[in-house]
Amino acid sequence: MLMLAFDGLLVLALLWSAWRCLASTDLSRAVVMFIVFGLLMALAWARLDAPDIALAEAAIGAGLTGALLLDALGALRSRREGRDAPRETP
Amino acid sequence: MNRFTRGLAVAVGVALAATLVAALLELPAAAVYLPGAVAQHLAQSGVEHPVTAVLLNFRGWDTLLEVAVLLLALLTLLTLRGSEAPVAEVEAEPLLQGLARKALPLIILMAGYLFWAGAYRPGGAFQAGAVLAAGAVLLHLAGLLPAWAVPGRLLRLGLILGFLVFLAVAAGLLGQGALLQYPPALAGNLILLIEAGLTLSLGLVLAGLFLFVTGRQA
Amino acid sequence: MSTGLLYALSGVGLFMLGAVGVIVLAHLMRKVLAFNVMGSGAFLVLVGLAQRTGQPDPVPQAMVLTGIVVAVAATALALGLARALHARTGGVTLTQGEDGD
Repeated sequence: MLMLAFDGLLVLALLWSAWRCLASTDLSRAVVMFIVFGLLMALAWARLDAPDIALAEAAIGAGLTGALLLDALGALRSRREGRDAPRETP
Repeated sequence: MNRFTRGLAVAVGVALAATLVAALLELPAAAVYLPGAVAQHLAQSGVEHPVTAVLLNFRGWDTLLEVAVLLLALLTLLTLRGSEAPVAEVEAEPLLQGLARKALPLIILMAGYLFWAGAYRPGGAFQAGAVLAAGAVLLHLAGLLPAWAVPGRLLRLGLILGFLVFLAVAAGLLGQGALLQYPPALAGNLILLIEAGLTLSLGLVLAGLFLFVTGRQA
Repeated sequence: MSTGLLYALSGVGLFMLGAVGVIVLAHLMRKVLAFNVMGSGAFLVLVGLAQRTGQPDPVPQAMVLTGIVVAVAATALALGLARALHARTGGVTLTQGEDGD
């Protein structure tokens, strides 16, 4: 019973974090929500008796993908700000 | 994208999900009981952990092709990026540097453990490689490891070593009849050899997906 | 309802969220995020459905393990393409000249 409640909560948290990741207006917040989603996925794998996938998901899905996304976000932002900057200065 | 196409996409998505849920709930039980088949042949696989047995023995060619796909992705990424040297060097932060220096031996130890544990319990080359790659990214973020420019000869060899070892084993065993069918007596050692190569190469490839690109304008 | 089936059903939900996101969202990074959510949903269906009897099944687990590694490579490649596009055109969407938001 307790585990079923935990599963239900985890599933809701998964869906909610995925929704927040895709619906948030702020892109850096979306990336952070994606990292949260990855960590919740690792929990879900552990609940599905798949510790191998849980290990890989925690290291790759949350860690490495998060680093990649944050780095790309910085690159896409910095260039745009650099291009917009001259227009803003009088 | 206007409101109509957006609404249409959402409606089709919801319909698809409803159909999938209905199909999932009605699905009859599987005709083949795969866990039983794996358990039956586990003794001849050379390892004691069923996931590792599936990954590197029963469906080894899947894994072989997957490593090839990873290399292909990395090669494409290398052709995509601009040819200029990395611009932004990461600012060194003393606290982060100290932490990274302390964590590095533990990360390498953990990768070694995961690699070795793969034969008996959850773990294996993939997890070990991922941990190694995460360690490399941590070192870069701490300013201890510069972003990678054009890979030198040694790095190139490291990137493809796992794939080459895997391919050599597959080629050497072609006489066995099926692709990657190990002789049971040698299976354990061959899997260990492949996993050792894969741990190193996957670590480097996954780290490369980050380190070859970061700090560049394009 | 077994644990496996519960996660498989939630996987369907995630797959749908991601699929709609890939179509509806214009920003390329958001598309990449949605693509990853979609993949996670597919992985959950794959493993959850095979384990709805309650027995762990190593075959889909091994497939998903390789799938996760391929997904990160695909993500890195997609982000690299987005960066290249941004460097050449300055845009972050595929619908240039239209009302891409």
